[in-house]
Amino acid sequence: MIYEDVSSGSRTRRTLTGAARVLSALQIDGPLMVGLGLICAYGLIVLYSASGQSIATIVRTALRLLLGTIAMLVLARVNPNFLRRSTPWLYAGGCVLLMLVVTIGHVGMGARRWLNFGLFRFQPSELMKLAVPMMCAWYLHERPLPPGWPSLGALSVLILVPVGLVAIQPDVGTAALIAVAGSLVIILAGLRVRVMVALLVLAALGAWFGWSFMHDYQRKRVLMFLNPQADPLGAGYHIIQSQIAIGSGGVFGKGWMNGSQAQLEFLPERSTDFIFAVIGEEFGLLGLLLLLLLYVFVVGRAIYLATQTQDTFARLLAGSLALTLFVYVFINAGMVTGLLPVVGVPLPLVSYGGSSVVTLLAGFGILMALYSRRKLVGS
Amino acid sequence: MPAVHIKDHWREQRLFDQRALICATIMAVATVGLIVRLFVLQVARHEYYAELSQGNRVRNEPIPAARGLILDRHGEVIAGNQPAYQLELVPEEVPDVQQTLARLVQFDLIRAEDVDELEGTIDSSRSFDSVPIRLRMSDEDIARFAVRRFEFPGLDIKTRQTRWYPNGELAVHALGYVGAISEQDLKHIDRAAYAGTSLIGKLGVESAYEGELHGTNGFREVLVNAQGRSVERQGAFVPNLRTRAPGAGEDLLLSIDLKVQRTAEAALTGHRGAVVALDPNNGDVIALVSLPGFDPTMFGRGITAGEYGVLNNDIDRPLFNRALRGTYPPGSTVKPAIALAGLSYHVVDPLAHRYCAGSFHLPGSSFIYREYHNEHHGAVDLDDAIARSCDVYFYGLANELGVDRLSTFMGPFGFGKPTGIDIGGEKAGILPSREWKAKAFSRPQDRVWFPGETVSLGIGQGYLTVTPIELAHYASILATRGKIWRPRVVAAYRDPRTGELHRIAPVSDGEVPGVTPEDWQRVVHGMIGVVTRGTAAAIGAHAAYSFAGKTGTAQVFTVSRTEKYNAKLVSERLRDHSWFIAFAPADQPRIALAVLEENGGAGASAAAPIARKVLDAYLLGADGKLKPQT
Repeated sequence: MIYEDVSSGSRTRRTLTGAARVLSALQIDGPLMVGLGLICAYGLIVLYSASGQSIATIVRTALRLLLGTIAMLVLARVNPNFLRRSTPWLYAGGCVLLMLVVTIGHVGMGARRWLNFGLFRFQPSELMKLAVPMMCAWYLHERPLPPGWPSLGALSVLILVPVGLVAIQPDVGTAALIAVAGSLVIILAGLRVRVMVALLVLAALGAWFGWSFMHDYQRKRVLMFLNPQADPLGAGYHIIQSQIAIGSGGVFGKGWMNGSQAQLEFLPERSTDFIFAVIGEEFGLLGLLLLLLLYVFVVGRAIYLATQTQDTFARLLAGSLALTLFVYVFINAGMVTGLLPVVGVPLPLVSYGGSSVVTLLAGFGILMALYSRRKLVGS
Repeated sequence: MPAVHIKDHWREQRLFDQRALICATIMAVATVGLIVRLFVLQVARHEYYAELSQGNRVRNEPIPAARGLILDRHGEVIAGNQPAYQLELVPEEVPDVQQTLARLVQFDLIRAEDVDELEGTIDSSRSFDSVPIRLRMSDEDIARFAVRRFEFPGLDIKTRQTRWYPNGELAVHALGYVGAISEQDLKHIDRAAYAGTSLIGKLGVESAYEGELHGTNGFREVLVNAQGRSVERQGAFVPNLRTRAPGAGEDLLLSIDLKVQRTAEAALTGHRGAVVALDPNNGDVIALVSLPGFDPTMFGRGITAGEYGVLNNDIDRPLFNRALRGTYPPGSTVKPAIALAGLSYHVVDPLAHRYCAGSFHLPGSSFIYREYHNEHHGAVDLDDAIARSCDVYFYGLANELGVDRLSTFMGPFGFGKPTGIDIGGEKAGILPSREWKAKAFSRPQDRVWFPGETVSLGIGQGYLTVTPIELAHYASILATRGKIWRPRVVAAYRDPRTGELHRIAPVSDGEVPGVTPEDWQRVVHGMIGVVTRGTAAAIGAHAAYSFAGKTGTAQVFTVSRTEKYNAKLVSERLRDHSWFIAFAPADQPRIALAVLEENGGAGASAAAPIARKVLDAYLLGADGKLKPQT
């Protein structure tokens, strides 16, 4: 083991080495863990303010983080080969659950998204955020890269079936994220540029086609994105208020728990989808830059880890998981700042609620497992 | 190219690294884009958004200014402000609104028929806003509620300022009243300046001096959340909010003397009519009475349709301002002016006697103009003709003068045009002339002036009409021997903070041209004769001062077709209107007045005694002697 060689001299070094040894034993990547921990801690501080100083919210979030951390620690110890072998079953199971959701799922907020297991409600679409990229990576693992047309066709089916099932719940936001996660695997696998261009054209056509199938509220969101001032008290209210919150925060912010937009509830969904605006209002530009820095560090570290893995499945999956985090951040921040339409994508690890925290940390657990076992895979 | 289906791990690793690099680059570009966006929002447009957020969270709550007081010339309050108590309900603090309202009905605090409307109002209000459910609670209501307060969570008694008229109906037609701001009012006022104001002046002083009385409303900045609920603080931060104190409206000092006003109203009570008394030396209105009146307080607290209907349908028309808007033939009260015209145009020799046989007719006409009550005055000169109000004398004089000279001469006395009194709302009487008649009638045969119509003019009948204020104005011009002062009710403003008085200079409208002092004296002498030996000799008896007057009796020609009442009532309403004008002391007048009693009969019997009481009230001290001039 590499760490044994460096153990020597100073006490600090020994302590560090001790910590490193623990991390190593747990097959945890230290820098990634620290980065994620800082984001979560930052998130809890902001959430306390954004929830209107609700201790209950903090406790519930902390419990979810704990659950996610446990999932991460457990998954980090799983053998990647086992993970790869079980991928088709996971994927197939997820698809079955999605079908169950569509037929007998629990209806909430005008959409059918949950399966009610009595003790807890489970959102199978969250599972698919992991299962779809895993399935794509599994499919490409044995095949030569870059993938040819037949592979692309098969992959499209693998992605579009669960995406379609989620989209009809309807939950277009999550469906899009699942599609992105799967597509990232294909792109990382070396999809040719001209194919990408062709697909973009297809996507544009698809968007046009999709528009005709959209629900009214979804169309409204898109239109509102294009011109938020058109209906300031109606659909455009979210965007206008979040821009006011961020803009009025200035460089240094109004101070913790002093954001008038957030505290006086002008900002809707302040503790969930729009928590980015709360940070902007209370901690200003500096607060947001710090947050972006943490995210970029975590994503960057994750991509680095991905490049260090040695088989196709690990590489593609790890890369996709890393990039997915960035996509989440960018879509959320873009929506809150008015760069993108309002889609229900939470700010990863910071927004309150949902099982996405658990899914995300679980994903990083998988990523760590793939990285720490690279030698085993190689040998 | 042959398809190679062999996995090349090294190549794939490179491919992946390449792709990862591209993705990282895209990521970096996206991040930079995001940061640029943040820079635009938080640095470049920070001030814009900061202002929007400030506007979001701060609401201006208006603080209404105290309305200025209205005082009489001695400083007695005519209109003031008083807190009124009202019951208010905060919907979110009331467990069961329906049951609460039912209980309030049970305790007689609200009326059962109002419940539905109140429920609607409560439903449409924001749950944290206080909704008034009962205005103007009496002391008894308050006591009844107070002992059961514990049964009514979410209900409380609140105070608000309302207008208070301590003397009730007294001087209401000069004062006007305040009422809820109407759509009509909104067109004239600056809405921003009236935010927080609920009442606005209607009619009279309250309306004409609205600008001075209203003052400037202040405001208080209140922190509000997105639902508009005012909150104490946000997070850990207590914000710095501004307040501007309201500036109370100016107090108005009227020229009206409430003692004289009360005397005049008391003297006229039970009758329909008007009294207007002026200070002939500056136009100050000493008393302005129109009876019947109404209680102005009703409008301030919100008059009900029923109450308004009663006022509006009253046969005596209490809402009608007779003093400023009632037009009546002046009757014989015009005779002094006709006499002055005759003297000025040298048409009449004041000492020459004319013979009165009780009737007059124009040469070549069979139409007979009769003396009032068919009296025979015998040989009368000008002085006698005024004192004894000889119609025959003035029929002839008017005929000799002709309509053109008459209308020209009478114009400066204020006939046919509004006096310009500062509280407005006046209606002008008619001073007929050839031009007037040509315009007033549509049929060609009616547009010609007939000589017979001039004859009627001589005794103040025919087309000539005046309002009581016009006639008082005319009396004051006679009193000052031709000096014209514009009547005014408000004499001074008083700053409510410093108590400083700003007197308003009286407005002169010039003088009556072309009348010699001797002619004035002749006519005034005739008017003194009226109250010493003439038609109103009875009321002049035992006066502590000399005074001049003139009676008038105006025939009621027609009764409006809408007034269909029983015979007794109609016959009462067909009686002549009784006029009296006077000024005193005759040599140095301090007061001039006009009294009208509708359907009072002869001027000497109805209006003249009222005039005497008003003159006494103004001129005499407690000792019953003429007060020294101040």
